[in-house]
Amino acid sequence: MILSNANIFSQWLESTSGLGYVLVLILIAALYLGFFAVAGLMLVLMERRVAGFFQLRLGPNRVGPWGLFQTIADALKLVSKEIFIPKQADKFLYKAGYYIVIIAALIGIGVIPFSRQIQGFDINVGIFFITAVSSVGVLGILFGAWGSRNKYSLIGAMRSGLQMVSYELSAGFAVVTVVLMAGSLKMTEIVEAQQSTWFLFKGHLPAIIAFMIFIIAGTAESNRVPFDLVEGESELGAGFHTEYSGMGFAYFFLAEFINMFIIAALTSTLFLGGWLAPFGITDGLPAQWFWGMFWFFLKTGVIIFLLMWFRWTFPRLRIDQLLTLEWKYLLPVGLVNTVVMALFVWKDWLIDLGKIFGS
Amino acid sequence: MNYFKKIAIAIKTLLQGMSVTGHYFFPNILKRKYVITRQYPDEPPVVFERFKGEVVMWHNENNEHRCTGCQACEIACPNGSIEIIWKREPDPETGKRKKMIDKHIYHLGMCTSCSLCIQACPTNAIMWSTNFHAATYDRSTLTKVLNRPGSKLMAGVEE
Repeated sequence: MILSNANIFSQWLESTSGLGYVLVLILIAALYLGFFAVAGLMLVLMERRVAGFFQLRLGPNRVGPWGLFQTIADALKLVSKEIFIPKQADKFLYKAGYYIVIIAALIGIGVIPFSRQIQGFDINVGIFFITAVSSVGVLGILFGAWGSRNKYSLIGAMRSGLQMVSYELSAGFAVVTVVLMAGSLKMTEIVEAQQSTWFLFKGHLPAIIAFMIFIIAGTAESNRVPFDLVEGESELGAGFHTEYSGMGFAYFFLAEFINMFIIAALTSTLFLGGWLAPFGITDGLPAQWFWGMFWFFLKTGVIIFLLMWFRWTFPRLRIDQLLTLEWKYLLPVGLVNTVVMALFVWKDWLIDLGKIFGS
Repeated sequence: MNYFKKIAIAIKTLLQGMSVTGHYFFPNILKRKYVITRQYPDEPPVVFERFKGEVVMWHNENNEHRCTGCQACEIACPNGSIEIIWKREPDPETGKRKKMIDKHIYHLGMCTSCSLCIQACPTNAIMWSTNFHAATYDRSTLTKVLNRPGSKLMAGVEE
């Protein structure tokens, strides 16, 4: 039973030293890796089931109860497949591609607090760190595409680079809007600042605009429909992973879903109060670490579902429409929105439910 | 002002699109309301009455068919899916030698389901069945003899 509010992992690390310290580090890493491998598979399954229901189908439901083992079977199949490397490929870059993509995705997860007590590591520039690391993933995509010597891959990866450079800006401005309210870049402090009111409601108008900008930019950053020009099945084959097979392909696929999870987790942390229960309804209960995770994953799940809803509703943008949306709409709106939020914070025009109801 | 109008229209149309798909999703996940997938081996499939599965010859309970062996269907068939092997044998009632079918051979593997044979038949002897289980491991099983062994012409068809 964990009663204190301290981080479980750091408590665990402090209790050991020397070789044990390294072992515990490896154990925590393995825990994260295992959890997110399974979570990634489950997200793929969820995507397919949700897609099925959106398209008047049932989706995969034959393997195991409700098709739960479908993606596990798919992963086993991918493991058993030959890893095919094109003759002309630059083997180092070709292989480096998927490692960079998956490592960048997994590093980002380390900073996200699942609960007050469960977080990989809590650094004082948490949100900045995630923004920085998640941009490294595009490097892997570019490496892989360049290494595989396929013009379709390269076109896809170049689009991805363009998209990432563009949308990183407005995502950054949306994050800055939240940081203005929180007064900190530390993930736990951002969540703690939402104790009385979630930032989506506390900052009312500018926060809602920032939320929308962040969701749009996040969809673009995780290369999902309607911004999936990177893959663009109809024009580029499969885009940057055209030449990949077996586990190389699986890594790219998993990284895509982990990136989606990161975007959803960030949205729930920044705007929806992360692990905090709505109106503190589970605050008095035992096992707070569990309830924190419960609320965190519930909120993240809702955002993930929203992203899936986008995916099965909106058509893919053309590249010029993509850039118009970013440079002519999202970025100016985001800029003005940040200034407006600064004004609101300065004049204290925020809605604080704690003050209103005097709890 | 045009700028903000565009943003407003964009948000409105995006929400409209999402409401359309949401309108399908939520009834589907709760009650499978709009799901049109049939899980075939578990659920019986919906086969429409006019579905053109394969050509069959109608037989009544006395093992009698309506085919006079006129070969109209064989002539009408554009790709030779129908072959009729006929014979002349004395009619048991009148004693006259009469043309009748020995085998009405139908190649399902070649048939394009164009319906020309059925339109050409003057006595409505052949018709479409809705059987869609046509998959087989051996191509030769797709060559079928439509008239049942020992069957004969139904009385009164030739008048």
